[in-house]
Amino acid sequence: MSQLLAAAEGVTGSLKGLGAIGYGLAAIGPGIGIGIIFGNGVQAIARQPEAYGVIRQNMFIGFALAEALALLGFVAPFVFSGG
Amino acid sequence: MSSTPLANSLAESGCHLYSGCGFPAPNIDIFQFNPYLSFEVLGIQFEFSKPTLVMLVGIIVILIFFSFAFAKPRMVPKKTQSIGELSYLFVRDQIGRETIGKDADRFMPFLFSLFCFVAVMNVMGIIPLMQFPVMAIFAFPVSLAIMVWLTYMYLGFRHQGAGFIKNMCVPSGVPIGVLIILAPIEFFSNIIIRPFTLAIRLFANMFAGHLLLTVFIVATLYLASFSVLGILGSTASFVMTVIMTGFEFGIELLQAYIFTLLTASYIAGSLHAEH
Repeated sequence: MSQLLAAAEGVTGSLKGLGAIGYGLAAIGPGIGIGIIFGNGVQAIARQPEAYGVIRQNMFIGFALAEALALLGFVAPFVFSGG
Repeated sequence: MSSTPLANSLAESGCHLYSGCGFPAPNIDIFQFNPYLSFEVLGIQFEFSKPTLVMLVGIIVILIFFSFAFAKPRMVPKKTQSIGELSYLFVRDQIGRETIGKDADRFMPFLFSLFCFVAVMNVMGIIPLMQFPVMAIFAFPVSLAIMVWLTYMYLGFRHQGAGFIKNMCVPSGVPIGVLIILAPIEFFSNIIIRPFTLAIRLFANMFAGHLLLTVFIVATLYLASFSVLGILGSTASFVMTVIMTGFEFGIELLQAYIFTLLTASYIAGSLHAEH
């Protein structure tokens, strides 16, 4: 791990590049999750168009909860770059 | 010039593709402003800078728009009145009544103010001359989240009494063995994590969006030079700026919708215990 850190430091001149890698890792899970949420949401709307309001509302709540994880990954490098 | 300037002083420094300086990637510095005036009240330092100014302008725009739209309401609405009515009906029917149910009208002033405030503050990010989403400064979403947190905690204790915490932490129909692990997690996520993610979601979306727009705008300026790479790259960056501005407009309204929707769903959770 320390070698990896040293290598990253050598490439970018600082540890800042790790933030981008961290964000990339943090985006994997929410990316899959959001895909599942909207995929199934659209499918549900196609099956039952009259329930559009309820489905869309629940879809966006799920989307917001999944997206929060990716955004935490985006913010974390900025938060920890100061120290 | 060989040193790379900061993104916000690109225009003055005359730095471009073949002048020997690196790409001035925008970073956290673009969110720091020199205060127009600073003063001290009771030992606390106050600074009045661009985000505060943009916020005040936004509030004045909202006040003028709605007092103009509903000053003389007609049966058959004119342009401004129908925009006002449409936005109100959207929040009431799509967010309030859909989530809270028949109690929704009681919370409409709060929900609708929240929606308008967040939406206008966000859209300030792409309005010329303003071009700064106020919610990209963490203090603003945090204050909104604290307000929402206080509202739903108060409503919860008022409508469910001391059982509110129990209803929040103990989902029904869960075996006792699982509950030992689940109850602390539920407590932690509903009471501590919730306001935090509410604020982070709004903040990070606006922050990332503003950064993204700035990257393309800076690239347009930086690449502009008389060469094949310069002309092609600069044009592509400019086109991306325009596309991303449209995309940002969608994201900004979506975030206002999501913020209000989550607030409404938290209020709904406080009014009635989940079964």
